[in-house]
Amino acid sequence: MPKPASVYYFGTCLVDLLYPKAGLAGMQLIRREGIEVIYPDGQTCCGQPAFNAGYRDEALGVARSLLTCFPRDIPLVVPSGSCGGMIRQHWPELFAGQPEESRVRALAGRTYELTEFLVDVLRISLNDLGEPMKVAIHTSCSARREMGVADRIESLIAQLDKVEVVTQERREECCGFGGSFAVKQADLSGAMVRDKTDALHATGAARVISQDCGCLMNIGGALEKQESSLETQHIAEFLLERSS
Amino acid sequence: MRESRESILRRLRANRPQAAAAPPVYRHSTGWNRERRIGEFTERMQAVRGEVHRLGRGQWVDWINREMPTRGLHRALVGSSAIGRRFAAGAAKEIELNRYDRTIESWKAQLFHDIDFGITGSLAGLAESGSLVLWPDAEEPRLLSLVPPLHIVLLEAERLFENFAQLIDVQRWTDGMPTNALLISGPSKTADIEQTLAYGIHGPKALITLILE
Amino acid sequence: MNQTAAFHRRIDEALRNDQLRQNFRSALSGIQSRREAQFPDDAQLQALREQSRQVRANALIKQPELLEQLEEKLLANGIRVHWAETPEQANATIHGLLKAAHARLVVKGKSMVSEETGLNHYLEQRGIEVVESDLGEFIIQLAGEAPSHIVAPAIHKNRREVAELLHKHYPEIPYTEDIDQLTQSARQILREKFAQADAGISGVNFMVAETGTLCLVENEGNGRLSTTTPRLHIAITGIEKVVEKLSDVPPLLEILTKSATGQAITTYFNMISRPRQPDELDGPEAVHLVLLDNGRSRIRVDEELLDTLRCIRCGSCINYCPVYVQLGGHAYGTVYPGPIGIALEPQRIGLDQVGSLTSACTLCGACGQVCPVEIPLPRLINRLRAEAVDARRTTSSLIGRGSLRKPNEAGLWKLWRLLYSHPRLYRLFSFAATRLRRLTPRRLGGWTDYRSAPMPARQSLRELAREEGFPHA
Repeated sequence: MPKPASVYYFGTCLVDLLYPKAGLAGMQLIRREGIEVIYPDGQTCCGQPAFNAGYRDEALGVARSLLTCFPRDIPLVVPSGSCGGMIRQHWPELFAGQPEESRVRALAGRTYELTEFLVDVLRISLNDLGEPMKVAIHTSCSARREMGVADRIESLIAQLDKVEVVTQERREECCGFGGSFAVKQADLSGAMVRDKTDALHATGAARVISQDCGCLMNIGGALEKQESSLETQHIAEFLLERSS
Repeated sequence: MRESRESILRRLRANRPQAAAAPPVYRHSTGWNRERRIGEFTERMQAVRGEVHRLGRGQWVDWINREMPTRGLHRALVGSSAIGRRFAAGAAKEIELNRYDRTIESWKAQLFHDIDFGITGSLAGLAESGSLVLWPDAEEPRLLSLVPPLHIVLLEAERLFENFAQLIDVQRWTDGMPTNALLISGPSKTADIEQTLAYGIHGPKALITLILE
Repeated sequence: MNQTAAFHRRIDEALRNDQLRQNFRSALSGIQSRREAQFPDDAQLQALREQSRQVRANALIKQPELLEQLEEKLLANGIRVHWAETPEQANATIHGLLKAAHARLVVKGKSMVSEETGLNHYLEQRGIEVVESDLGEFIIQLAGEAPSHIVAPAIHKNRREVAELLHKHYPEIPYTEDIDQLTQSARQILREKFAQADAGISGVNFMVAETGTLCLVENEGNGRLSTTTPRLHIAITGIEKVVEKLSDVPPLLEILTKSATGQAITTYFNMISRPRQPDELDGPEAVHLVLLDNGRSRIRVDEELLDTLRCIRCGSCINYCPVYVQLGGHAYGTVYPGPIGIALEPQRIGLDQVGSLTSACTLCGACGQVCPVEIPLPRLINRLRAEAVDARRTTSSLIGRGSLRKPNEAGLWKLWRLLYSHPRLYRLFSFAATRLRRLTPRRLGGWTDYRSAPMPARQSLRELAREEGFPHA
């Protein structure tokens, strides 16, 4: 698609409260390309936590509220593979038979995960201003498998010529977050994130970059608990920090 | 039983899921010529420790006569097929010839303990998967290719097909299936301990294909 | 509800067993790389998956007609067909057949359906010796365990454990940890059983309606021996295994062996259409097929859940599951473990019979991505979660709908909905959460056993966006 004049930005509930700087960085990256970024005030959550826990009525109630934030026919950009995947893949199912179904399908068709939007629509070009650094990429399962955009984060980082990317063993394996999974199956989730942080440590990277704050909260929280010096960062902040 | 049948079928009939188009027939052609088919077959068979030799049509009896004794294998088993008769006629004196000419029940222990190798023909070979296709029958019974520790199979080079789909199609298998049809792709093997490949668990420990040209 | 508690206890045990986790990690990594080597071209893989999906979907749509056609062909070929709605019926039928044949020793090829019915136990209680002849099944039979994987039943044991087990049961065989020698020992032990067995029992991978043919896929030859050496062969399988045409078999066979074990083809593909004919010298004189329903016809009623029945039991979903690799199969406490187990078992035996089984999944999607017949496993698992907490949702035929609904949890989600569907309320909440961030609890249940607690930022993104001059409507 051609570059739009304006886009909606859905920051997601996790980013809004816990990682606002990552969310803001995404908005700044898009604005830097001359595009108006609209952050609708009434936005809250896409409904995914309830949807994945089986509470579909509750998910629908919340999704319905969010839907009203995006009335115009402009792209919707989401700095998260799982929330983007929720809107693109699961909203049509959630809203099936509801009066909003056709609107939801149309919105799903113009919803982009942030890195996907930067690469596919804006064809952003980056000039690396940072110091040499070794990073590992953790692509979220939803960005990889639900949205099929795993290669976008890789191609963005590949544009940064002072950044060396190192690959973790079993890079496609889930970090063990899984939303309510991390609470309901805490020990299992703990074992999974331990394997993930071990694999990340083994790469010798200084920083772990991901397009999903859910994974970052899980992996970053575990690293902090382990008193590791390995840092975590959202791709938007990383790109904004290093490039012009 | 009758009741179970009826209630299962009734439940299944009561609900017919939305019909979808029947799948297209699976067919993919590699376009491999004869030499390539032989090469592919051989490579795949060898990859699973199958032994493959190319021989002139009239050489196989001599080959077995010569080769088996050097491996310490003497006790042969053949069926009453043309292949079995031919081997029986030409077997060397070092070979102890056994014929599979009576029902299994009357000599099971002997079959399980006193045979070194069995010789059979094959209906076809499949290049893409490295498989031999057998239709055992009264003349070459099923256990002839299964119980002896070594199985020697003759394969006519011109019967080497690309793959299973092609074979079923060309030979019109749907016109009538035999009691037992087999694809054999190597000696018996297992990976049930630590996913480590070990050969010769229940069936033949070794498989020799003699491609006849 | 102590299924949930029991499930968590098994999970705890599994997570504490480092040896077990190592065994699984190394075995599964190996299977994954072998599978991937079989599919070098993604486009070809996707075409084969789509073909296979269509073959299985078509067979499920036409299932009643295909089963009748199959039965008719099998009968014409001389194979007797028995229908069983329940495991008990299947076991009783098989026992009846064995008793009539005065069978005392039975050799068995691998069959997950017989695990569903608990057949071995049933027959042993009635004085029949049952010997599992697949090496993996033989090992776990010696150990008195259930399979921990549907394709590799003894995957949880390492060579030392196998060696000890064999030595314990067969002290006359010198102790060894050499896998080739262990394999040869098993060969010797089991050959005697094959030579003496009165009957063979096997599973079935595909049944071809068009020709009346039972297809068995295996590497070891024990399947062939079990179905050829004894006078009586009884096959048991689920009613969903029927396919329409013989030409449906090659794609399924190819994707099954490549997906399951990373082999272009297995050593043996055994197609049985008849018992021994009058002029033939071996093969069973009688062949019987037991068709088990056990919930399958009920699953088929639902247009979405029906996809579960496409499964060809390759185990790929299990091999790629990041949860299974931590736990192994026994922790699930079900016949079928891993993603297919989470999707199938609640449907087969009831949502109320499996505790919190559906929670053992991060919905990461790895299973759905590798499934050779494109079963949307994460979507099915998500659906089952919904059915488990909300009995009103659908008119589906699932048993135990709403059985996991807990008033306090449901109440929390209602509260969550209230908060997140009223932007003003949410803003108040986010203002409070950011301003009182220092009061965020430092311990958050199990989360903080492994991670630090997340802390809200000083200002929400909404506030930052405004400060940075982004339009907000």
